[in-house]
Amino acid sequence: MFSFEQDPGANFGELLKRVGLSPFGETGSVNKMLVPHATTCVALRCVNGVVMAGDRRATSGNLISHREMEKVVQADQFSGVAIAGAAGPAMEMVKLFQLQIEHYEKVEGQSLSLEGKANQLSMFVRSNLPAAMQGFMVVPIFAGYDTLLQHGRLWNYDATGGRYEEHDFVATGSGMLHAGTVLRMGWKRDMTVDEGVELTARALWEASDADSATGGPDALRGIYPVIASITSEGFTRVEDSQLKVTYEAIARGVGQR
Amino acid sequence: MSMPYYVAPEQMMKDRADYARKGIARGRALVALQYDDGIALVAENPSNTLRKISEIYDRIAFAGVGKYNEFDQLRVAGVRAADLKGYQFSRLDVDARGLANQYAQILGQTFTHEMKPLEVEILVAEVGLTPDRDQLFHIMYDGTVIDEHRFTVLGGDMDAIRGRLSERFVAGSTIQNAVKIAHHALSSVDSSINSSELEVAVLTRNSSRRCFDRLSDDTIAQYLV
Repeated sequence: MFSFEQDPGANFGELLKRVGLSPFGETGSVNKMLVPHATTCVALRCVNGVVMAGDRRATSGNLISHREMEKVVQADQFSGVAIAGAAGPAMEMVKLFQLQIEHYEKVEGQSLSLEGKANQLSMFVRSNLPAAMQGFMVVPIFAGYDTLLQHGRLWNYDATGGRYEEHDFVATGSGMLHAGTVLRMGWKRDMTVDEGVELTARALWEASDADSATGGPDALRGIYPVIASITSEGFTRVEDSQLKVTYEAIARGVGQR
Repeated sequence: MSMPYYVAPEQMMKDRADYARKGIARGRALVALQYDDGIALVAENPSNTLRKISEIYDRIAFAGVGKYNEFDQLRVAGVRAADLKGYQFSRLDVDARGLANQYAQILGQTFTHEMKPLEVEILVAEVGLTPDRDQLFHIMYDGTVIDEHRFTVLGGDMDAIRGRLSERFVAGSTIQNAVKIAHHALSSVDSSINSSELEVAVLTRNSSRRCFDRLSDDTIAQYLV
């Protein structure tokens, strides 16, 4: 006897799957584990580098499992990773990636090129593919300042490790449609870092307004998205005090709509 | 049937030690000393790319003298061991003492069991949160570990260099003075080493995470003026 959800009905193919005789590999996972998922991250190119931003919320289904997750992390002096997807594998991937970069630098005596780092991350994402098929998908953004070419660069990934260099901006995670639209409307060539910070903050605001899995600024607890710039000066995280002012201005603007 | 000659174990060890010592004495020396904000490592090294001093972990540096390919292998083994331990446990669990012991095992094992001992002497230095917790482990070609304080000398002509270093060494000197003292110690009585032939790296006590830093040729030249 099958439970109501498991009942294959008149579908013989599904019946074979239920009794473990299917000639095809397991495709959809039958009982997906509910684990925390991290959501929306964005990045854009500005005049002297890049700006990256990510909200702080992790969700398990319809519940908020963590309010202070940091999805934008520094990879090394001139690059950062932003991560959306299953929080456990994502955090492990970031940790491994940071270590890989540092390990390479120590063993070889010089840093990997920015492209080399992007490629390395692509291999990590690809090796996570079996887990992604089970629902533990990890989709990062990699961004940094290329010290050889002397400008910022951005990469977007898919679950199979596909690596796509973007020229203007990129968004990933459940709120990517809303955040991406804001970036699409607001992005200009040669934005300053401050303009970039304002635009990414706005993108996350709109995403959190329309997507329940994306967290907005939490003035009550003083939790703001993580926004960082990476320029020829290196990786700098924007202070919460500055983000507080930025979000107050955005909220005022929304109130006057 | 020919019988192998009997060689007394004492003789065998002595031959190996002589062999290793000769190899090390051919290379140029290196000193490490405490200064007011950390540990300075100074080596005579004409090459700009083949390094004698390098980073192992957040607060740990490695330095080697003797045969380059041999101590470079040891360096990479150290980076691997440290990164693995930090990944498996915590970054705080990686320490110089553990690494020094591992090195001592490798060197000792090779010295007694292999055809040829490693012709190297190495230094594992860790900068502590306070000067009294700094650690300098000097490891010899046969696996002997010496826990040094304040300063140490590795490589050929060790006694003369140690003499010159201990004459001038003062605790808590600036980095500039430390480099000067090391330069004086490494230079022989009749000829001074050119600043471009010095390789200098520091472990800075109050750095955020990675304390290891190399000094550029320009900085070294400035310090020696």
